[in-house]
Amino acid sequence: MTELVLSARFQKPDSHRITTYLHDEGYQAARHVLETLTPEEVIAEVTRSNLRGLGGAGFPTGKKWSFVPTETTKPKFLVVNADEGEPGTFKDRYLLERDPHRVIEGILIAAYAIGAHKCYVYIRGEYDVPLARFRQAVEEAAQYGFVGPRVFGRPFALDIVIHRGAGAYICGEETALLSSLEGYKGFPKLKPPFPAVEGLFHCPTIVNNVETLACLTTIFAKGAAWFAQLSGTPRSGGTRLFSLSGHIEKPGLYEAPQSVTLRQLIYDYAGGVRDGRQLKAVIPGGISAKILTADEIDVPMDFDALQQAGTMAGSAGVIVMDGTTCMVKALWIATKFFAHESCGQCSPCREGTGWIHKIVTRLVAGHGRPQDLEVLLRTAGAMEGRTICVFADAAAWPVQSYITKFREEFESHIQTGRCALDALVGA
Amino acid sequence: MPTITIDDTPYQVPDGATVLQACQMARVRVPYYCYHPGLSIAGNCRICLVEIDGNAKLQISCNTRVTDGMNVRTTTHKVQQGQREVLEFLLVNHPLDCPVCDQAGECELQNYYLEFGAYDPKFNEAKVHKPKAVPISQKIMLDAERCILCSRCVRFCDEITKTGELAIFNRGDHAEIGIHPQKTLDENQYAGNVVDVCPVGALTDRDFRFQCRVWYLGTQDSICPGCAQGCNIQVHYNKEREWRPHIADGRRIMRLRPRYNAEVNQWWMCDAGRYGFRFVDEQRLLRPRLRAGGELKEIDWSQAIHLATESLHARLAQGHREGIAIIASTHLTNEDLFLVKRLFCDTLQVPLVTADLPLVPGDHDAFLIKADKSPNTRGAQALGLMGAAGQLTGEQILRRIQQGRWRLLWVFGHDLSARCDEALVRHVVANTDLVIFQGPNHHRFAEAAHLVLPSTTFVEKDGTLTNWQGRVQRIRPVVPPLGESRGEWDVLQAIGQSLGLTTDFQTSEQVFSSLAEQVPAFRDLSYQTIGRQGALLHTR
Repeated sequence: MTELVLSARFQKPDSHRITTYLHDEGYQAARHVLETLTPEEVIAEVTRSNLRGLGGAGFPTGKKWSFVPTETTKPKFLVVNADEGEPGTFKDRYLLERDPHRVIEGILIAAYAIGAHKCYVYIRGEYDVPLARFRQAVEEAAQYGFVGPRVFGRPFALDIVIHRGAGAYICGEETALLSSLEGYKGFPKLKPPFPAVEGLFHCPTIVNNVETLACLTTIFAKGAAWFAQLSGTPRSGGTRLFSLSGHIEKPGLYEAPQSVTLRQLIYDYAGGVRDGRQLKAVIPGGISAKILTADEIDVPMDFDALQQAGTMAGSAGVIVMDGTTCMVKALWIATKFFAHESCGQCSPCREGTGWIHKIVTRLVAGHGRPQDLEVLLRTAGAMEGRTICVFADAAAWPVQSYITKFREEFESHIQTGRCALDALVGA
Repeated sequence: MPTITIDDTPYQVPDGATVLQACQMARVRVPYYCYHPGLSIAGNCRICLVEIDGNAKLQISCNTRVTDGMNVRTTTHKVQQGQREVLEFLLVNHPLDCPVCDQAGECELQNYYLEFGAYDPKFNEAKVHKPKAVPISQKIMLDAERCILCSRCVRFCDEITKTGELAIFNRGDHAEIGIHPQKTLDENQYAGNVVDVCPVGALTDRDFRFQCRVWYLGTQDSICPGCAQGCNIQVHYNKEREWRPHIADGRRIMRLRPRYNAEVNQWWMCDAGRYGFRFVDEQRLLRPRLRAGGELKEIDWSQAIHLATESLHARLAQGHREGIAIIASTHLTNEDLFLVKRLFCDTLQVPLVTADLPLVPGDHDAFLIKADKSPNTRGAQALGLMGAAGQLTGEQILRRIQQGRWRLLWVFGHDLSARCDEALVRHVVANTDLVIFQGPNHHRFAEAAHLVLPSTTFVEKDGTLTNWQGRVQRIRPVVPPLGESRGEWDVLQAIGQSLGLTTDFQTSEQVFSSLAEQVPAFRDLSYQTIGRQGALLHTR
């Protein structure tokens, strides 16, 4: 179907061990980078590759790296965001479990590019096997001299520290992650200053997602131009790992070019909607992304196209809902999540997420009032763009998109006090 | 200096200022909760919204630095709407218990609701409940439901005292302020400041709450007399109701609050000073008293002044100038000390006059708390009443008195038995013909004296105190003198007038201007130049 890059080794036996990785020409790209390129050349090459942050924001990686001040006496840090918490997303888990050395090789390249000698890897607390596999991989790499005081025998030191998260979704937000790493409560930090200038322990810090780093090996093995064309879109590079879940025949992780359409992902990759049912709605990029209706799935899955479609590529966690799905209940699940996970720092988010969840809970229970939908939309609007981090936006978007796109269903709930789909699914 | 436009008016503002600070300088009202000039910027309350050209979104003014040419709007519909929405968020889980909340009247939720809010509330759900009336220290009560989680109190403990007792626990709308396990605010000597920084009724002062509704409070600028730091304060008193013994436990002063002075105490004061004002109402000497037949009997002021004058006159006439000792106090104002100097040193030529006594033992730190617990040591030094070459200290004077029969000992304020060797003091009192005590409060030494002259306290007198830095700062009368107590300089002048003292001051300001003429360290100072922030003595 496509050339596999990130998931090429996932099916191989012992793909997580250094021996198999070396057999597959592993660590050659990083060695080549450290031996022949200057950090500036590395950043320039990554910029040419059109690699964008695959944690969800899609910010150009080379540009982000270039914000790190070169004239500084402070240490610089590379922080790996492996706190994959976006509901519907499980790509980093596969990378850590099945190809951890690819991630470490990416870490070597990134750390060399920004001049970091210490890398913190913040792994989601629930990720047991990924943590064990990654820890073993770091130990193996250290034994081979790929990590430590002299990486590849060269005068470049890199220490990798693994930190296990404690279960808060917000710690996947890069500055909350830094607060958590510093030993504080996981509160996102006020920006400016941005982490590249003043991040972990007030030092210049680059936070990159696992998948972003996993792309680096390919960029330097096959060249930036080759990587850039892989996506099939002009402003992004590479493939993406799409996590497909929900009402589909073959849920799972699929690698595809970013130009792939949502329809292709659902019908060609995932075998279509389960039991031949009607498609009702799709969340394209993790639970925060605005929902798309069945009519809106001919959109390419790259950052720019999805933004134009009024939603976002996000973490590429695709959640498919068929005709049996009650959108009020679906929204209830989303609002429950956001009310539970709001860090509570900024007033609009702290109070708004709880308020919204209470109203939606009332709707589900059949006690909706006609004015509730306007209150929900207004409250979501008052949260959006008004807080330190984008959590409030993420909490507002489902509310806005579900109600706008499935308004009749919400109104029916309010008018009848019950769900019309209950009869359909025999609940 | 960048020029920025706020609501169509251009202003020059300092480099590095935030938009909120620029608005404050321009006297443009922007609401805020989490911002505090003495603390780091948290940016979490989200109400200080403004519109800045070039930004699609509203910006928080507290974390936006000014840039040249910036165009800021604070009153557009979008801004007003944003502020209203934030206020509504802050109030959805607020108990709205203003009628029983002690903060009512000085609550920024109330104030901003009236000024920026006034929305039509849409909240129809059950509120989140949190702990109420939790005594988190001897002095502080927490109501977590009223808290808006601005984190000012947390930042105070983290950044100012660096003791970190407080934190925000839990997440989302269940987040609440609390004390870390195994920590206590009782050991934080500045804990009272968290009540001041709290913009709502979440942290209230157990010493003050329910004593007086804040709209009855009158305010007067003053100086804390608790140590040599001279923290600038406001004295809050009940201005509306006549004093009655049963109201607020008979206290006339409701609370002290720190007042900003960049050079002295910034925005803060210590708890010892904050809660150390009860002496103005308790154990006060109310009328002059004379020992007769082993007991102190009340007499009136004219008798008292006559007695003091006569006894001084008689001893001087008999040539017993050497048998007189005056122990002044570093708790007296510069004006009082000036009269001590004018009367005893200059007019009567008494050789043994000092304000030098051993320090009362007490703790001190590197922030505001000074080991010297008296507020005017530098003033006494500048007036030559202590520390001059060859000058005897109070204790040396007492030892000299011990050598023989003494004629007259005049002590201001001190409980000598607490500050010097008690047996020595007892011996001195027993071997002195006349012991005059002039001060505000009862204590063992006041009880042992022969003639007692009641004085006013810092909330009843006008004058100046000189802090450890040499900063002359003004105290002002807040309440009338209790009983018949009188200020020291006034009494000394009345006594001195028939002994050759030539002054005839009507106000402490007149005393001070004469002092400024005669004492080089106070040269050019006046109540005008001292103002609200004080003025430094001249050194050399």
